[in-house]
Amino acid sequence: MFASPLAWVVLAFVQGFLANVFLKQVDTFMIIQAQLARTPNAPGLTELAVVPMFGAAQMVLLMSIPLLTMRLISEEKRNQTMALLVSAPISMTQIIVGKFTAMVAFLCLILALIAAMSFSLLAGGAIDLGLIAANLLGLLLLGMAFSSIGIFISCLTMHPVVAAVMTLAVFMGFWVIGLAASDPGSWLNWVSISKRFEGFLDGYVSLPDVTFFLVVITLFIFLSIRKLDSERLSA
Amino acid sequence: MVDTDISLTLSASGLTRKYGNNVAVSDVSLALKKGEIIGLLGPNGAGKSTTMKMITGNLAPTEGSIKVCGIDLIDDPIIAKTKIGYLPEIPPVYKELRVNEYLKLVAKLHKVSSKRVSSAVDNAKERTGLTEMSERLIGSLSKGFQQRVGIAQAIIHEPEVVILDEPTVGLDPNQIIEIRSLIKELGEHHSVILSTHILPEVEAICDSVQILHKGKVVFDDEIGGLRKFRSGKSIQASFRTPPTKEILEKKLTNVKVSQVREGVYRISGLELEDDPTDVLVQLSVHEQWGLFELVGAQASVEEVFVELTTQDETAI
Repeated sequence: MFASPLAWVVLAFVQGFLANVFLKQVDTFMIIQAQLARTPNAPGLTELAVVPMFGAAQMVLLMSIPLLTMRLISEEKRNQTMALLVSAPISMTQIIVGKFTAMVAFLCLILALIAAMSFSLLAGGAIDLGLIAANLLGLLLLGMAFSSIGIFISCLTMHPVVAAVMTLAVFMGFWVIGLAASDPGSWLNWVSISKRFEGFLDGYVSLPDVTFFLVVITLFIFLSIRKLDSERLSA
Repeated sequence: MVDTDISLTLSASGLTRKYGNNVAVSDVSLALKKGEIIGLLGPNGAGKSTTMKMITGNLAPTEGSIKVCGIDLIDDPIIAKTKIGYLPEIPPVYKELRVNEYLKLVAKLHKVSSKRVSSAVDNAKERTGLTEMSERLIGSLSKGFQQRVGIAQAIIHEPEVVILDEPTVGLDPNQIIEIRSLIKELGEHHSVILSTHILPEVEAICDSVQILHKGKVVFDDEIGGLRKFRSGKSIQASFRTPPTKEILEKKLTNVKVSQVREGVYRISGLELEDDPTDVLVQLSVHEQWGLFELVGAQASVEEVFVELTTQDETAI
């Protein structure tokens, strides 16, 4: 993957964008620091600088993951290299899980860079490590869920670009659901990926949210395997 | 039908594949012995590729069973696939990788133990003549070398059965000769199934042949059988002062005469017992036709196909 420029371009885009957000937030914090010091129970450096960056990271993943997952299966089909994988003594499950693992490894790299930015604040002050950990876990789960959806959509088509656009459309759909879900009691809240992620941003790691993400990941990985299997049976 | 013969490396029986109502392959059976090369011959769309996809586990057969070295491909695909090497119609190569990188990846994919990976890669490169190209990007190689990479990929794990789908398509004549001799070499260590629509290719390489037409096997014999089937069916005679077609037909009994071009006739429908060659020569001298060329024409691919398929229809 690192042989292709795409990975580097995406990494640079993610890092550049988030660093920008991060610096802006740190800047704001510096300006209002004096006021904050006088306010009791004021939000700290972590809430003001780090959390908004993770919020922005959600949008960045939403845009960049379709680009990363688009080729995973569709290009193998397009270049006829799928036959190589299918004829090899490995199962469809191994193929999909392998692709997913590669995506997760790449996500971890993105997360490591984000974490490094956050931890750079340690040089100048105290930060809430628990809150950052919750944010990182949330972002990882979000990225994994997005990746599994992206891989599934990549299974549906032979054209990477179609896969990317479809995946982006689905993510946008989830995002719109999140916007629409203003009423906390509404069922939209329940299915909204972004609402689920907001819990992590506030530092809450709740079992239903974690379970929700794990279910989404498992579901789409399972669907991808079924899709590939069905092509062998009926295509 | 359960075949337990241990010398069979691959046995497929009653393979049928339907796409909806469209039957792509119907009741194809194959039995391959160790060190044997079988040719699957057929016009485009005859079901060669579909058959090969089924044998390699890329497509599930609608009916029928496949056993590789006695292991059922459908019940136990992972073990069975370790014994198969497959080159699809389009070589499944990653063009952005180097030959070495690609072959290493494939070796790992085929579960070659990590100690043996580099020796397996070297061996495969040597056998396919790729050693010089080790560090080249596959995308920058010529079609012939990409085809070799495809073959290297199929033999890297020393499979019992090598399956090659149209391995010589799109190559120049020199490359075709090289690939053919490579396949012959492969046949010494592996069992090989090869598909093609070129009849001479089958005659040059294969030990036995199956001809497919519209998904059905219409011919299944040793290679000698095919030669016999092709030859002795017709002769081609050229005359300086040709007689008319009618005269020829009248003088020679039990034959069909057709004009190839001015002065050249094709005499077909011959049986071995009443070979008309002698008669024809005597007649020519007697009638002063000026016979100057007489060749035992071999039936072309088209004629073989036509004959086999019309036979098939009259049989029904």
